[in-house]
Amino acid sequence: MARAVTPKRKMINTIVAWSVGLLIFFPILWTILTSFKTEAQAINDPPLFLFFDWTLENYSVVQERSDYMRFLWNSVILAGGSTLLGIIVAIPAAWSMAFVPSKRTKDILLWMLSTKMLPAVGVLYPIYLVFIQLGLLDTRAGLTIVLMLINLPIIVWMLYTYFREIPGEILEAARMDGASLKEEILYVLTPMAIPGIASTVLLNFILAWNEAFWTLNLTAAKAAPLTAFIASYSSPEGLFYAKLSAASTMAIAPILVLGWFSQKQLVRGLTFGAVK
Amino acid sequence: MATKASRSAARLMMAPAVVLLLGWMLVPLIMTLWFSFTKYLPMRGDSIANGLDWVGFENYGRFVTSSSFWPSVQTTLIIVGGVLVITVALGIVLAILLDQPMWGQGVVRIFVIAPFFVMPTVSALVWKNMFMDPVNGLLAHIWKFFGATPVEWLSQASLPSLIMIVSWQWLPFATLILLTAIQSLDSEQLEAAEMDGAPVLKRFWYIVLPHLSRAVTIVILIQTIFLLSIFAEIFVTTGGAFGTKTLSYLIFQRVLESQNIGLGSAGGVYAIILANIVAIFLMRIVGKNLDA
Repeated sequence: MARAVTPKRKMINTIVAWSVGLLIFFPILWTILTSFKTEAQAINDPPLFLFFDWTLENYSVVQERSDYMRFLWNSVILAGGSTLLGIIVAIPAAWSMAFVPSKRTKDILLWMLSTKMLPAVGVLYPIYLVFIQLGLLDTRAGLTIVLMLINLPIIVWMLYTYFREIPGEILEAARMDGASLKEEILYVLTPMAIPGIASTVLLNFILAWNEAFWTLNLTAAKAAPLTAFIASYSSPEGLFYAKLSAASTMAIAPILVLGWFSQKQLVRGLTFGAVK
Repeated sequence: MATKASRSAARLMMAPAVVLLLGWMLVPLIMTLWFSFTKYLPMRGDSIANGLDWVGFENYGRFVTSSSFWPSVQTTLIIVGGVLVITVALGIVLAILLDQPMWGQGVVRIFVIAPFFVMPTVSALVWKNMFMDPVNGLLAHIWKFFGATPVEWLSQASLPSLIMIVSWQWLPFATLILLTAIQSLDSEQLEAAEMDGAPVLKRFWYIVLPHLSRAVTIVILIQTIFLLSIFAEIFVTTGGAFGTKTLSYLIFQRVLESQNIGLGSAGGVYAIILANIVAIFLMRIVGKNLDA
């Protein structure tokens, strides 16, 4: 709704919106700022905003003390692996639902979504037992599979809504020209669907990265990602604000950047196309 | 045109996703149902290998009659309800604000949306320590600056504090969806109303709000699903103390802390039923959209 307004009105809008925006963003900004302070400066009263001795020390301390890189690597593997696996399973399923729909397609889609609503805490112990039985507890493989399964319904749904916008005639033409099913999907459908696939990947990467129930409860040390790394800071010893801030900044920075790029797709993805 | 061959191919291609999700749903569900009817205390030597004692509906009765059950339901409802009211109300205001012409709209939007990408454990810890700590937290500094006694947020006002933290995380989601809906509003209709002399409030009440109703419903339903199972925020901040024990946190404690699997599983079945009631509403709405 681009309406013409007076410059004065636009000025007021700008000031109000920026103030509100900064207020909401402030906790993150404050965390980032604090991560560059010394511990003494971090709890200084009155609080210091910009004029303090900027230091990178906290970052190296955090890395040394808790081996940040190992947790980061686990997060990357878990989020990346589960998203990749999910995409591989979901593309054929979404293809068949979008282009060869049957009477039951809608029911299957809705049922898939309903599995997402199973409260995790209700099935924690069975999964825990299965994991012990299969030797998957505290392994990256096990957690990757769980994260893939909890996000699979969203991946299928998102791909389905994107695929449906691709005209079926193009696929038919390819088929007429003698393309096999595999070729049709690989060389005709996939290139056209790249933007949709990309945003699906982004959103699910973010969701998997931030997932904090299964990652906290099914890992101990080896496979623990950044959610667990941060949770280990919940019982502080001595001065730790600056270090906590540095650790937090390192945990959220990659995903914050990714999220800002995919904000538009996020809406579509999370509402399954119900709001456009 | 779908040929017979492509139909069977389609079924084949759907199979992996369907089989995986079916297994993911049925295996734990059946196990939870089974455990909920048994006495299962692993610390006292009960195990599947030795056979579990069947106790009928005893666990279901005990879970509901335990003194923590009703408070936990109440806490769940207060948290979910509180967060929904705050995020929807502020979300509408923010969406309208962000839709106005201004300089640097893209930057403001990035600011507003950022909390959504912060992992729950981080936001809980940052709020708990750097803002709500009664000694060194920023809010304590502000309180002291005005000569007031700092509040011990997470023990004296535990529920409002928790609602605040969770609302901060979910406000971006509500705003983003409501903003998308507002942008699809036909501006000519608003302009016509403005020319006819309809005051701002009336325009909002009779044109903007009805247009947003669908988006609001979706925000409420999707958030409810996620809010019913918030975990990390409670785990990190209060650990379920000070009246912040939700139904899912109570189940978590029964299963992991007291190691009473039978009782916890019965609670899990209650939680599954509760989530399904919510889910049915969500399905109807999303399902309708599929036909369009």
